[in-house]
Amino acid sequence: MKLAYYPGCSLEGSGIEYGMSTERTADILGIELVELDDWNCCGATSGHNTNKLLSLALPARNLAIAEQMGLPMLAPCAACYNRHRNTEHVIKNDPEMRETIAQLIEMELQGTAETVSILEVLANQVGIEQIASKVTRPLLGMKAVCYYGCLLVRPVEHTGFDDPEDPQTMDRIVRALGAETLDWSHKTECCGASLVTSRPEVGNRMLYQILRNAKEAGAECIVTACPLCGMNLDMRQGQVEKEFNTKFDLPVYYVTELVAWAAGESRQAVGIDRHFVEAGRYLDEVAVRAEKIKAEKEAQAQAKAKAAAQAKKAGDQADEDPEARQKKIDAMVKAFEKNPDKMVKRLIEDEERAAILLEVIREDSKKTARLAELMVDDAEKASKAAEAYVTAELKKRAK
Amino acid sequence: MEKSVKLIPACEEDQQLLRRLEAEAGTNVNLCYQCGKCSAGCPAAFAMDYPPRQVIRLLQLGMVKQALKAESIWICASCETCSTRCPRGVDIASLMDTLRREALRQGLITDKKVAAFNQAFLNGVRLFGRTYEAGLLLQHNLKTMQPFKDAQYGLPMMKRGKISILPAKIKNRDQVKKIFDKVQQLGGE
Repeated sequence: MKLAYYPGCSLEGSGIEYGMSTERTADILGIELVELDDWNCCGATSGHNTNKLLSLALPARNLAIAEQMGLPMLAPCAACYNRHRNTEHVIKNDPEMRETIAQLIEMELQGTAETVSILEVLANQVGIEQIASKVTRPLLGMKAVCYYGCLLVRPVEHTGFDDPEDPQTMDRIVRALGAETLDWSHKTECCGASLVTSRPEVGNRMLYQILRNAKEAGAECIVTACPLCGMNLDMRQGQVEKEFNTKFDLPVYYVTELVAWAAGESRQAVGIDRHFVEAGRYLDEVAVRAEKIKAEKEAQAQAKAKAAAQAKKAGDQADEDPEARQKKIDAMVKAFEKNPDKMVKRLIEDEERAAILLEVIREDSKKTARLAELMVDDAEKASKAAEAYVTAELKKRAK
Repeated sequence: MEKSVKLIPACEEDQQLLRRLEAEAGTNVNLCYQCGKCSAGCPAAFAMDYPPRQVIRLLQLGMVKQALKAESIWICASCETCSTRCPRGVDIASLMDTLRREALRQGLITDKKVAAFNQAFLNGVRLFGRTYEAGLLLQHNLKTMQPFKDAQYGLPMMKRGKISILPAKIKNRDQVKKIFDKVQQLGGE
């Protein structure tokens, strides 16, 4: 797979580990990333807050470059992805506006470029099986909540690769690595974005709600695919803990960090050592858990295999039984033919009654066979049957 | 801000402005039947003077000035939850965006911090073609008179290679600058 690559400003700055791990992940999965030549900032929220034309023209310049490359454009940053998707939508549906924008950027603009998010590339294009096949360091025992935030899933008419209320792509990727992903209510809540800088009293409360909800859901870490969400939840977690007088201690990983780490990359290569909330220790803890779970699973598998082997053996015995049993019955019938006196005495102690039984079975080979069968299976039942035959015979005679 | 409002018939001027804002936002405020789903789901409503539903109501009543002066429009984080959930298909987030831009045009900025942040952000992009994070934070702090805000993060971010003192620049900075200039000529900021 070959993709045009738009890292965006954050992936070379505050979200540098997202950039590093995206490149490692692409390498591992055999995706060739060709960086857009001389790309510019998409304008982000500040752009569309300030001027509509500007917010369309800035991404359009990148889309025009991607058009020339003739490749789908990967934008891992959720905000960049969203701005480019929004611009694409306008260019495709509003020919007049497309003309205006083309004149603004002084470039040809066909509207053929397509921006893709890292989640849809990983989950839908590379595929879950392919990702799972690269795992050498499974994240068994990891308890994660996947945090999508706003811009990857909303507005749905621009993004559209996942459900806007309960998205699953990231969950599927993280589960493919062996981790457990928990259900929680703040999957797509807003982290406050730049409000944590411009209006911290508002932004920090929004961060607090997300962190608290993750903790309450039983999460031990948060996984994200947005550099702004990542930075806010990671870098400002300490500040939020202080403000709300609580302790979260939740490492925040980019989904690509986990993919690359699970595929055997080093911490340094992935950027785990660049976090604010210490993130390496939890991965070590997960590694220990994974070993334990693996050992337990192996022991279980062994026990299961053993049980299955035993069951098979017992089954084989059961299969042998009818034959062996028949042999025994045949032998018993022969014994009745050879030594009927001795045989009836084995069934009935009383000599008189034994003599009657002897007469009964002499005339009735079916009854002999029945008794022989019962003697093989259950001696007691055989005796009872013999007594019953004698009693019936005596009654018959009395009549 | 005063929560009670005087109901006055909207003047022709306000009506025209509203039609223009609706056209820019690509939505129609009269679709809204005031159910409140937008406000219920808004993660920032707790800090707003008028929650999203009330901002729409102000517009429905033709009280455009009040809406433009609402602090809410600067607290909105553009998360799009409201637009996604609106049962009437009103694009509330787009309206908020449009209101912010109109407030800038009219110089009615209730929250100077957010506007200052946006301006600092875009200044960097205009000059270098990329976000200049260090410059952005410094400029924002100076403009909002809080020189040491987030200063505790500077050094740790540098240590982690997450911020550099010097800006990243693109080759064709003139192209980006030209985009800014042309947009301004067309009547933007």
